[in-house]
Amino acid sequence: MARIAGVDIPNDKRLVISLTYIYGIGPTSAVQICEKTGVDPSRRVKDLNEEESIKIRNIIENDYKVEGALRGEVSYNIKRLMDIGCYRGQRHKRGLPVRGQRTSTNARTRKGPRARPGAGKKK
Amino acid sequence: MTRSLKKGPFIDEKLLNKITAMNRSGDRRVIKTWARRSTISPEFIGHTIAIHNGNKFIPIYINENMVGHKLGEFALSRTYRGHTSRVGKEKGKR
Repeated sequence: MARIAGVDIPNDKRLVISLTYIYGIGPTSAVQICEKTGVDPSRRVKDLNEEESIKIRNIIENDYKVEGALRGEVSYNIKRLMDIGCYRGQRHKRGLPVRGQRTSTNARTRKGPRARPGAGKKK
Repeated sequence: MTRSLKKGPFIDEKLLNKITAMNRSGDRRVIKTWARRSTISPEFIGHTIAIHNGNKFIPIYINENMVGHKLGEFALSRTYRGHTSRVGKEKGKR
């Protein structure tokens, strides 16, 4: 188990796969990282030597925005939309879909579990 | 689909002319406009623009965070009255 980018501990999977466990690194950037460091992407993480893992760590630290910083950026962007009072911000505030989807039915991901009329807490 | 970068942002010309004229003379009046499709350009900052929502004009003060959005995004054209609250319905049933 190796520690890369703060708290993430990818296990004994292939290196490309393990890297995607980091928030902000998907398949594409995982492959890019492997190319830049020159490490074979199908090696297991446990087989990496110290030098290679340091290389990977440095590249992620310098070239990629991951974990906390990325989460902060996303929530900052959403907050900006809400503060300027534009349509997308209003949708975020109300917890409704932002990109023009229908809301008559579906949209359950944004709206949460169905609120049925009668279904309250029993007493 | 995103607008082609080659064309540059769409800014309503009449509105932009009015605002540049006002910037030059330095007055700050509320401008009424129907141009909801116009992008907000940096010249607009600090002005209050009354944007038509199909029914009336909604005065919006433009700040620097709004640059790049369209005017129409700030004047909602639909009324949302909300749904009956869950608590109210429950009380009615009992």
